[in-house]
Parts: sequence; C-alpha cells; structure tokens
Amino acid sequence: MMRAAVITFPGSNCEHDTVRALTQAGIHAELVWHRETSLQAPDVVLLPGGFSYGDYLRSGAIARFSPIMEAVRTHALAGGAVIGICNGFQVLCEAGLLPGALTKNAGLLFTSRTVRVTIERSDTICTVDFEQGARLSLPIANGEGRFVADEQTLDQLEAEGHVVLRYAENPNGSARGIAGICNPQGTIVGMMPHPERAANARLNSGEGGRFFSSIVTSFHSQMLTSPPNTSGLNRDSYVE
Amino acid sequence: MKYRVHVRILPRPGLLDPQGQAVEHALATLAFANVGNVHVGKAVDLDVVATSEAEAAKHARAMCDKLLANPVIEDYAVQVEPIS
Repeated sequence: MMRAAVITFPGSNCEHDTVRALTQAGIHAELVWHRETSLQAPDVVLLPGGFSYGDYLRSGAIARFSPIMEAVRTHALAGGAVIGICNGFQVLCEAGLLPGALTKNAGLLFTSRTVRVTIERSDTICTVDFEQGARLSLPIANGEGRFVADEQTLDQLEAEGHVVLRYAENPNGSARGIAGICNPQGTIVGMMPHPERAANARLNSGEGGRFFSSIVTSFHSQMLTSPPNTSGLNRDSYVE
Repeated sequence: MKYRVHVRILPRPGLLDPQGQAVEHALATLAFANVGNVHVGKAVDLDVVATSEAEAAKHARAMCDKLLANPVIEDYAVQVEPIS
C-alpha cells in the first residue's frame, strides 16, 4: 500500500479531508506534525490547506521554516512526490520549491466557491487519471490565491508545460489564469483549488477524487522516482 | 551596540495592488481628489545588536531576503538608527 504523509501546521484546517481523500484512493495516510524533523520515507507528501501560522507576514512564509520542512525539501529535491493544496501551494512557493508567489486576490475578496478548471497537463503525479484538456469543477477558498510571477518565469512555465491547472474564468486575477503548476519533472505540484473537498460523490461532484487516484496510478506506472530513503526502509518493502 | 531597525515592505511597482487601489478609492470618496498612486505595505520594527550601523543594516537585509519580504512580489527598504 502506498504511504502518504500529510503535514499539519498550526492553522492547517484541511488535513483531515486530505487524509480521507487519500484513504479513499487506497493510500495509507498519516498526519505529521510540523515539529517533527524526519519523514518515514513516504511515497508522497501533502501540504494541506488552511492558514498556517495565521497567514501572518505572508501566506506560507513562516510555515516554510517549520522543522519538518527540511525533510520535505530533501524528499522533494530527491525526486519524491509533493503536492501542495491552497496554503500548501503557498508554502511550496515560499520555500522556493515552485516558482512565483500567491498574493491578495484582485478585488480583495476572500473567494469561496466552485470554479471550472482545465487540466493543462495530464502527466503529473496527481493528474494522470485525467484527459489532457479535461474540464472539471473544484472548490476554491482563499484570500491570497492570485498567482504572480515575472513575465520571463510565466513564459517559461507556459513554454515548458509546467502549468497543470488553469481557471476557465479567472476568479482572482491570477497571472494567465494559472490555478496550479508543477516542477519540470511533474513530481512537485501546487494548486489553489481543493480537490479533497470534491472527492466524495455523495456530497459533491466527486471529481476531485481523481487527483488522489492519479497518485496511485502514477506510482504503479513507475512515474514516481524513488524518494529519499531516510528511515532505512526499502521503498519496495511496503509495496503490496 | 543596539540599533533600532525600521523595515518598510511594499508591493513591487507594476504589480496589481488591490489594497492600495481600495484605499485610493476610499480617499477619493472622502473628497481627497488630489491623491494618486496609493500603495499599502507593511512595516516591521525590531532591535538588533551589532558592532556598527552598517552591520545592523546588513543583518536586517538578510532577514528581509530570508523571511520578511518575498522578492517575487515585494520590495523593501531598511533604515537603522542607534538606540541611545
């Protein structure tokens, strides 16, 4: 069974939804408190939504210095899978694991509603179960969700295909309607929409569940490179 | 020696500043029609122990680069004064 670590910061509030969505996809998920300093060689690390450290200073700015983030960085830079959702995306940008930044929404509104997004890249660790160009509805809930980067970075993201999700109708003034991006390898993904809030077909569209099933698909198709072996466990030893 | 450091952080020029725009509109509503180019940022004041004013400023800039400001969206300015 695949193993996921869901990092919990003071002020995170989507960690249980994230664990539930992962569990539903057949992934063993554990919460990891931000004061921890090591990861038990998970296959994927998730940084959940919320308001880590009250969003003080800037969203994600203080969480990036949490003790666990050194282990997350090591995992990420060794090719391990990392997914940041909403506040988690902000943390990834602040940590320099993804380019750009997320800042105050145009119009200053805290935007909490369902939006239409397009899957721009269906070969990342969390989008392989989608068709390229697929449209789906996902909830967003943020006050600082406007993606910003300099023109050169934006051109590079577009040219190299690192835009994973794009808003059908831009809700907050994000540069080029970008809702989610990835690193060149597609192993680090950040997105503002909340797929974990749309992963239960009885309560909502259920379409968000495919982001989590994609993790399993990409794992079995060997898309994920071996994560760092920090606990002495062989990765194969817990593949069922 | 102890120095008082004033850090001023503002959105980078050219970047949409919705807070600045909202304040500008509010000022216009209050009949301050002669106001323009309003920007809203943050101020961080802190004391730092250093051997000189220049060293205190260097420490402050390092704090800005690492934590206080995000170079993608913000510019900062540092001002240092000795505490007598």
